[in-house]
Amino acid sequence: MYSTKYMKPNSTSEALDAINSLGEGKFLAGGMTLIPTLKQRLANPDGLVDISGCDLDSIADEGETIKIGAMSRHVSVAESAVVKKAIPALAKLAEGIGDRQVRNRGTLGGSVANNDPSACYPSAVLALKANVHTNSRSIAADDFFTGMFETALEEDEIIESISFLKPTKANYVKFPNPASRYAMVGVFVAQFGDEVRVAVTGAGEGGVFRHQEMESVLSSNFSADSLSSVNIVSDGLISDLHASAEYRANLIKEMTKRAVV
Amino acid sequence: MGEISLNINGKVEKHDVGDNTLLVDFIRENAGLTGTHVGCDTSQCGACVVHIDGVSVKACTMLAAQAQGSEITTIEGIGTSDALHPMQEAFKENHGLQCGFCTPGMVMSAIELVSKNKNASEKDIRDGLEGNICRCTGYHNIVKSVKAGAEKMGG
Ligand SMILES: Cc1cc2nc3c(=O)[nH]c(=O)nc-3n(C[C@H](O)[C@H](O)[C@H](O)COP(=O)(O)OP(=O)(O)OC[C@H]3O[C@@H](n4cnc5c(N)ncnc54)[C@H](O)[C@@H]3O)c2cc1C
Ligand code: FES
Ligand code: FES
Repeated sequence: MYSTKYMKPNSTSEALDAINSLGEGKFLAGGMTLIPTLKQRLANPDGLVDISGCDLDSIADEGETIKIGAMSRHVSVAESAVVKKAIPALAKLAEGIGDRQVRNRGTLGGSVANNDPSACYPSAVLALKANVHTNSRSIAADDFFTGMFETALEEDEIIESISFLKPTKANYVKFPNPASRYAMVGVFVAQFGDEVRVAVTGAGEGGVFRHQEMESVLSSNFSADSLSSVNIVSDGLISDLHASAEYRANLIKEMTKRAVV
Repeated sequence: MGEISLNINGKVEKHDVGDNTLLVDFIRENAGLTGTHVGCDTSQCGACVVHIDGVSVKACTMLAAQAQGSEITTIEGIGTSDALHPMQEAFKENHGLQCGFCTPGMVMSAIELVSKNKNASEKDIRDGLEGNICRCTGYHNIVKSVKAGAEKMGG
């Protein structure tokens, strides 16, 4: 790892001052993505601003939404009574991330800011019409994810919390990569009355995306059978050593069917 | 360079190291506790698992600086050769290891698992050890060891 400077501020505003005092500083949350990246010398920030002391880890029921602090560890979301009651699918998603040690450290904010094309959380943010609250604004999920590892965040913008809209019903099913546990394909299906949102992760070359055709089919008939007629095209899907685009296309349909119960 | 002071197994370890020092390197190189192992560079193998305030973490994926102010427990901190921790005893009695490389991490993960879930089923144990890779035993005896360890720990 290249040499770097470690800073641990006690509030979001101090964290912003710290990041602005650096040339190419990086926020450090759970470190489960950033530290491996630094170890492999794929990044060379002149400073790391640890945001674990900034009081960003509360989880609250706000009526129509559940608001989760960016520093909430995956294990806290998985075990939260509030999340389990209002959006059990979200607790299930968190419980399925990586392994126990990854969940003990990794955070919601880190996962969403990183926008790994195989990460689980981005699909929940998109399907549950979430709002990403930063130090300066609120960004709607549909505007937040702008491409693989790309988001609408500015360099010095910090995610403080994310509000997830409570669905009538929701489910997340993933086909985990057997080695890493990341999603080879993961599908988050959320129903809000007559409206259905289907967000697919692990598959798109541009990162997480909504599948409009499945959304409209499921809106008129919420059943796994109704998906049989849908043709999932493999254009724009990832092909790598783990799976071809055609295989992923098939998994998208299969995971969605399993999610519709 | 700066001074980093960590509480490891109840003892204060103060060393002049760079901010980029990994916790696992601080434990092995500076504190001289080589029971915590390094088996990969992708945060997947779990040979480096230690406890921070009772929570299992991969010491290879954390900076020493991030652990300041916490209580760190390594495999050396849970028992001695004369008085093994019940989980270590269970691994010994059930042939839960062959080469032993993964064992410190397995034991540390298993202790957290059992402390959270005294009646862990075989599935709970297998899920709980997802982050620990063993290249020798075939896992069967590891699962058996954790079950036996849970009983010894009062499950
Ligand atoms: C072995 C392994 C298995 C994994 N399996 C899965 C899996 O199955 N599914 C899955 O979804 N993920 C998986 N992950 C990734 C894991 O969920 C990470 O925790 C997550 O992607 C990053 O979160 P973090 O808190 O560790 O962020 P960090 O690594 O600390 O940061 C990641 C990036 O986000 C930025 N950042 C962090 N917090 C904020 C914030 N609040 N505001 C703005 N920017 C911020 C950082 O600057 C950095 O660029 C796995 C990781 C490992 C090591
Ligand atoms: S050394 Fe492999 S996970 Fe830490
Ligand atoms: S006993 Fe050899 S790696 Fe597990």
